[in-house]
Amino acid sequence: MTASILFFIVIGVVCLASAIGVVTSRVAIHSALYLLVNFVTLAIFFVTLEAQFLAAAQVIIYAGGIVILILFVIMLIGSEKIETRAEHRSWTPYAGILLGVALLSSMIYAFEKAPQASDTTTLINGGGPQTVGLALFTAYILPFEMAAVLLLVALIGALLLARYPRNSTIESGNTNQP
Amino acid sequence: MVPTGYYLILSGLVFTIGVIGVLTRRSALILLMCVELMLNSVNLTLVALSRQWDNLNGQIFVFIIMAVAAAEVAVGLAIVIANSRHSNTTNVDDVKLLKW
Repeated sequence: MTASILFFIVIGVVCLASAIGVVTSRVAIHSALYLLVNFVTLAIFFVTLEAQFLAAAQVIIYAGGIVILILFVIMLIGSEKIETRAEHRSWTPYAGILLGVALLSSMIYAFEKAPQASDTTTLINGGGPQTVGLALFTAYILPFEMAAVLLLVALIGALLLARYPRNSTIESGNTNQP
Repeated sequence: MVPTGYYLILSGLVFTIGVIGVLTRRSALILLMCVELMLNSVNLTLVALSRQWDNLNGQIFVFIIMAVAAAEVAVGLAIVIANSRHSNTTNVDDVKLLKW
């Protein structure tokens, strides 16, 4: 039981516990905070897997962007609308857990059947910014630019979907200025 | 060095927890969070296998997945806001206008 395996087990337990917390918490903001903890543990895993650039990107994009977006929307909608009322049918949670267990067992079966490869003991070049940047801007320039276009389209689409309708009272009610 | 199988098992467990969350929770925001859990578990798998096979393609794939996930969350949250403004609820079982 080396130190790295012990560290992995500790962070892995935190990762699993926060994932279970996302799924089972009754308050939406608690779910978002558990999700934040999960993202941070994943960033730690990326650092141990020699992917330092991705760890920083994970913290910036996921923890610093997506979780904040979700928190804003939770605060915008208000927790009285995020009710957790009874399910569609009374056996829905059990069917969900059963299907999840079926998925897990099929994954374990595939994992056992797959040919095991020996772990490489040489450290790779690493996922530092220089290596990833070289790959992104030479071999993967097209997906990079397409991701930029996708983000632009998503920005405009989200703006269009979430703005107030044209003929609502919000816009026409603010006429109390001299 | 931690064997790659440990990372794969952990990512499989997180993915299963995300699947159970999508199947049992009925609030749209929790659904989006569980979808993010699943995407992150796949990211962990890709990075672990990228390290094992000494191939940087896995990490580039994860980078693109992060961009796509950010775009999807933004649009999904905008849809949730627009829908809640219209029908005053975020329960996905109530979004059934097209149901026969």
